[in-house]
Amino acid sequence: MGSVNATVAPFTTSNVILWFRTFWAIAASGFRRYSTYRQAALAGIVTNTVFGFLRCYVLLAVAGAAGSAAGYDRRQLTTFVWVGQGLLTVVQLWGWTELADRIRTGDVVGDLLRPVHPVTAYLATDTGRAGYAAVVRLLPPVLVAPLFFELYLPARWPTVPLFVGSVVAAVVLSFACRYLVNTTAYWLADVRGPLVLWTLGSGVLSGLYFPLRFLPEWVYQPLWIVTPFPSLLQTPLDVLVERDPTRVQVTLVAVQICWAALLLAACRLVQRRAERRLVVQGG
Amino acid sequence: MSVAASQSRTEIIQARGLRKEFTVRVKAGRLRRHKQIRAAVDGLDLRVERGETVGYIGPNGAGKSTTLKMLTGVLTPSAGEVRVCGLRPVAQRTRLALRIGVVFGQRSQLWWDLPLRDSFDLLRHVYRVPAAEHAARLRHCRALLDLDDFLDVPVRQLSLGQRMRGELTAALLHGPEVLFLDEPTIGLDVVSRQAVRGFLDELGRTGDTTLMLTTHDLADIERLCPRLVVIDHGRVVHDGSIADLHERYGSRRLVVAELDAPLPHPPTLPGALLREVAADGRRLVYALESAGVAQVVSGLAGLASLRDLSVVEPDIEEVVTRLYRTPPETTAPAVAGTG
Repeated sequence: MGSVNATVAPFTTSNVILWFRTFWAIAASGFRRYSTYRQAALAGIVTNTVFGFLRCYVLLAVAGAAGSAAGYDRRQLTTFVWVGQGLLTVVQLWGWTELADRIRTGDVVGDLLRPVHPVTAYLATDTGRAGYAAVVRLLPPVLVAPLFFELYLPARWPTVPLFVGSVVAAVVLSFACRYLVNTTAYWLADVRGPLVLWTLGSGVLSGLYFPLRFLPEWVYQPLWIVTPFPSLLQTPLDVLVERDPTRVQVTLVAVQICWAALLLAACRLVQRRAERRLVVQGG
Repeated sequence: MSVAASQSRTEIIQARGLRKEFTVRVKAGRLRRHKQIRAAVDGLDLRVERGETVGYIGPNGAGKSTTLKMLTGVLTPSAGEVRVCGLRPVAQRTRLALRIGVVFGQRSQLWWDLPLRDSFDLLRHVYRVPAAEHAARLRHCRALLDLDDFLDVPVRQLSLGQRMRGELTAALLHGPEVLFLDEPTIGLDVVSRQAVRGFLDELGRTGDTTLMLTTHDLADIERLCPRLVVIDHGRVVHDGSIADLHERYGSRRLVVAELDAPLPHPPTLPGALLREVAADGRRLVYALESAGVAQVVSGLAGLASLRDLSVVEPDIEEVVTRLYRTPPETTAPAVAGTG
């Protein structure tokens, strides 16, 4: 076996390209890893669709004869629900404990022995997972809905790129939140407590159970700024159904990006603190 | 003088006064708990030259894995200095990761859901290895470790032996300068164990890769490691060859002679010690001290008619058991830090 001569990696264009190549390769493997569970995907699609009908009829009942609620008309509400059902798994609010499990069993050592920062490696994998979910989990409810309901189609051109950007920011933000919840395992060994809090908080405050605009303005506006939750689901959906003028939408996406950047930085910080006090379980 | 300044060009691992403490909370009443600080590694000194193969053994809880984790940058030492490949493992962990390989017998570093082939391909990108180099190393490992039959099977469906061969390959594809192996043969069947040993033996012989291996299987050590470091209670209690260990603990080669008829008095032979007389005086066991096998045999043949003769090599397990049982106070100062 020959040897690799590692040198200090200066911040050059070619290094950035190499970094993106590595990121892309890990993301592609994330896509492949998640694509192996086909039966689980099928079961998920069915569940999402069933819940889509339930939620849709509830919200349409709220809109009632007036035909609108909290500033959404019937078509906007329908789109909000159905795209939301698809986005739920792309953003993946729940059900990710891989890192916490690896910390608990000590397998996290393997992650630390790679030449890629753990936050970068997990983010890349999650990006691949989100890409797979976008194809397999987002499309079916969006294709089923028009057979039964009238959907809202965006009328302004900036909406589509803004929506795509908003979804990407939401995926990164959701990853950062889940990563932080998982890293509590370094201190607690059992993450069920933080996980329950996260599941509850993210479900209610992200606009999944009901659009946050149903709340009084003095409640949802501060919520939007001081917590990351509305940026997870409410923002991309509001952008898609054009609930606000374009300028407001751009501001909302900017808030999302700020939250994503802030929490990613927090992930790196927490990771560093955790590594300093790391006790590898089980020899 | 700091470790960095004293590290010679050929030294690839150097540790001085390495210490790792853990805090343990001990129950001391219904609600009270005492905090106790326990040292898993306690002032370890170690030097390993480039290309060496070092067996690193010790009883459970002696601090073997903790040492390995400090050398690879996963755990932060409580005290002491350490350099691996000239780098500070914790501070420069990502850079060090490019130059070392690590295999844990009890953990998998492969991706559970991916076939080996995909895992290897991903590793090429993670370690940024040129395609041709990667392909050459993979070809080499495929041939030596018989990987072809299960390259396309997801890791979760592999047997332990197959997985371990995959792990070894994964750890070597970026051409590491040092390969750390933490109990690589644990739980393997005889065939897989031989395959892994044979592979490591060849790897060690080329001299390109420094091997440091912890194990409880002393056959691994006998086959692979010219140098043996024994650690107990976090300190080095022996550092030298296996022969040195036998020498130190007085373990000798034995000559077992079966005679046709018993002798009235078992003969005394120069340079050999009569250790046992059995089977009504028909079996004599001599421990060799300064004499060679030939001297003892010719001495015996002149006195009695021999029916059978065998030479028993000293048993390393027995020596190590004695070493592990020796209280640390008596063993530690004797050779600690001779590395």
